[in-house]
Amino acid sequence: MVAKSPKKYDVVIIGGGPAGLSAGIYTARARLSSLLIERGAVGGQIINAEWVENYPGFTESISGIDLTEAMHKQATKFGLETLLAEVTGIDIKGGRKAVKTSQGDFTAKAVIIAGGSERQKLGVPGEAEFAGKGVSYCATCDGPFFRGKAVAVVGGGNTAITEAIELTKFASRITVIHRRDELRATKILQEKAFAEPKIDILWDSVIEEIDGDAFVSKVRVSNVKTRKKTVLDVSGVFMAVGFRPNTGYLKGIVKLDDIGTVITNEKMETSVPGIFAAGDIRGNSIRQIIAAAGDGAVAAIGAEKYITG
Amino acid sequence: MSKPVEIEEAKFNELVLQAETPVLVDFWAPWCGPCRMVTPVVEQLAEEYDGKVSFVEVNVDNNPRIASRYGIMSIPTLMLFKEGQPVDTIIGFRPKDELKKSLEAAL
Repeated sequence: MVAKSPKKYDVVIIGGGPAGLSAGIYTARARLSSLLIERGAVGGQIINAEWVENYPGFTESISGIDLTEAMHKQATKFGLETLLAEVTGIDIKGGRKAVKTSQGDFTAKAVIIAGGSERQKLGVPGEAEFAGKGVSYCATCDGPFFRGKAVAVVGGGNTAITEAIELTKFASRITVIHRRDELRATKILQEKAFAEPKIDILWDSVIEEIDGDAFVSKVRVSNVKTRKKTVLDVSGVFMAVGFRPNTGYLKGIVKLDDIGTVITNEKMETSVPGIFAAGDIRGNSIRQIIAAAGDGAVAAIGAEKYITG
Repeated sequence: MSKPVEIEEAKFNELVLQAETPVLVDFWAPWCGPCRMVTPVVEQLAEEYDGKVSFVEVNVDNNPRIASRYGIMSIPTLMLFKEGQPVDTIIGFRPKDELKKSLEAAL
């Protein structure tokens, strides 16, 4: 996974999820020298998904890992290079853009930012203290540690409901704690969850505190409408309350909106000419693999036009 | 050894608890996506700290008793052992520089 020595590229792509990998397929096929920088293994958030059922072309579901590994292999075949490093900033002074990383600087004529997002913390007492001691941000990873135990899932979107369904393989009882009176998750997932006897939904409810001794043993829940407080005995709390864009190093470089996502137009252009953004890191992203892949293609074609003029 | 070694329970005493150098134990499982993100970072560290720190991988699927002895309920977890005792625990993916700081602090 280490890039060869020349540190000058036509395009540097930051982030190896579906957006970055799709961009890499397009830039490499356009015969632009292309470097993808990823801080861990390629794949992005979707490697947490045990199964993907909505990406076209797969009649049987495919795992997130297998899908993105195939994308990486495809991009590499066309000449995309991959480097394992953490991006710390982008210098936009001068003609070429310098992408600063833990492995040195790499200059490029165009940059595609596709660094995605990570799980949002809920921000309640006990959450940090019990992280890894019952509080989890990845049901696929940690579900098997909760065999035969009661757990809670916090959230009401696709991630929360998918995780609740996955957890039925291990946990004895799953309580979904959701602050509203309806789910945001797509209908087919709602149908599955409602039909699953192990899953209960606590509507209009929020966690106030996570408690236990060495490990989580209970959560204190409050109903936002009736103000009634209850205590739920659980060994695990799976957080699925949204995502936070990985844009810390971009402040003051490209324009971000108030929640920190990158502002782009429909061509994936950011406020800086030659810097594009794709996937979940963008504002108003619908957080779907196919949209990320589409963004990546648009950004790559934009980068090509920017470079060749 | 410059590459992390996958170990089973029988070897844990000898290679971790009785090791002369600090040991970074990577608790992982094949079903865990983020564990795959940690692997290349740990491999790089294993090369950089060759001789100073040894690196082992414990598959929690095959070694549930070690995982439960150290209270592992979330993976990936990296646990740094020194003289047989866990001295630092890092849960979830962290950038390499942050892991290096933890290693330096323990050396």
